[in-house]
Amino acid sequence: MLDPIDVFNTFKPHRGNAIVTTQGTAGRHWQDISDQPSRDIALGGAMGHTTSAAFGLALGLPEEKIVLFDAEGSLLMNLGVIASIAGKQPKNFVHFVLDNECYATTGGQPVPNATEIDYATMAKGAGYAAAYNFDDLEEFATSIEDIMSEDGPVMVAIKVQPEIQNLPIGLRERRVTRSRAETINDLRAELGIGA
Amino acid sequence: MVQQQPQILRPETLVEEFKKNGVTHIVTIPDSETNYLYELMLEQDWLDVVPVSREGETMGVALGLNVAGKVPVCLIQNTGMMESGDSIRGMALDAGFPLVMVIGYRGWTRWGKTPDTAATYTEPFLHAFRINYYLVEHDEDGERISEAFDEARRTMRPVVVLVGDEYHGFNR
Repeated sequence: MLDPIDVFNTFKPHRGNAIVTTQGTAGRHWQDISDQPSRDIALGGAMGHTTSAAFGLALGLPEEKIVLFDAEGSLLMNLGVIASIAGKQPKNFVHFVLDNECYATTGGQPVPNATEIDYATMAKGAGYAAAYNFDDLEEFATSIEDIMSEDGPVMVAIKVQPEIQNLPIGLRERRVTRSRAETINDLRAELGIGA
Repeated sequence: MVQQQPQILRPETLVEEFKKNGVTHIVTIPDSETNYLYELMLEQDWLDVVPVSREGETMGVALGLNVAGKVPVCLIQNTGMMESGDSIRGMALDAGFPLVMVIGYRGWTRWGKTPDTAATYTEPFLHAFRINYYLVEHDEDGERISEAFDEARRTMRPVVVLVGDEYHGFNR
């Protein structure tokens, strides 16, 4: 299993100008690593539906590369979305799934069939243009440049170490620095899109 | 005794209203009553139809399209709307953007009782979510669709158009 911070640091030099959205426990690290915050957007709000929102963004901005760092627990809540994405074949969409095999934010309970699910095979079967599994940082590092230049939709499923949280929500460190609305406004300003 | 031709809601009326209001994308799951509407939408070169797998996806996709400056509409049935409760809350109401959701009112009847609980719970569901709605039953109601768009733009909230003509104009 990879450290999600290593995953983000490996991805960062290959980002280009991609618009990046993240979710899940592991995804929170991206805001400390990204050097283009005006191109980072928060689209969460209902578990499982960040994927749908990123898909909508990819359809609405076909000239921009859209990168989603999804989480496996979230994707499982809305798994039909991979068929929806495949049906429209957004060439500009790269769909990472950071798979820690559990609901880290609720104490680390395993997701259904946690260790056996092959997300890349499911995505390929749904009709993604390409899909990959990684459980080794070096292999990921040697592949990421090619992956980022491929036509999408591409899924990249990566096994990552869980960061299990057991403190009551109110006692946890608050890491969100900008609200969803602020990130939307910042991105629109960056792209010159009126509200 | 002269039998009156029943008033109908033509799919063309909805498509005309979509065009008038600058709609760019229809995010939808087709249902058995709206096949002709679906076909008609596919014929429009100014409109992109986005089929999804479950109704709750439509609000998230719509949010992403709205961020991109597009004008999406969610087109689903009342059964799927009820399944989409948390998505309506988190991706539409909390996101605060203008969104018209066109909802097929399965089971709706103006006369007598309906045996269909999908209809029984539709309006109470909308009341619970504090979402305003307009009932559209025939072509003469078409202007209400534009009213719904106006209200959504003014309030930056989702507004529903309930299509209460399930059995007439939506099939060839």
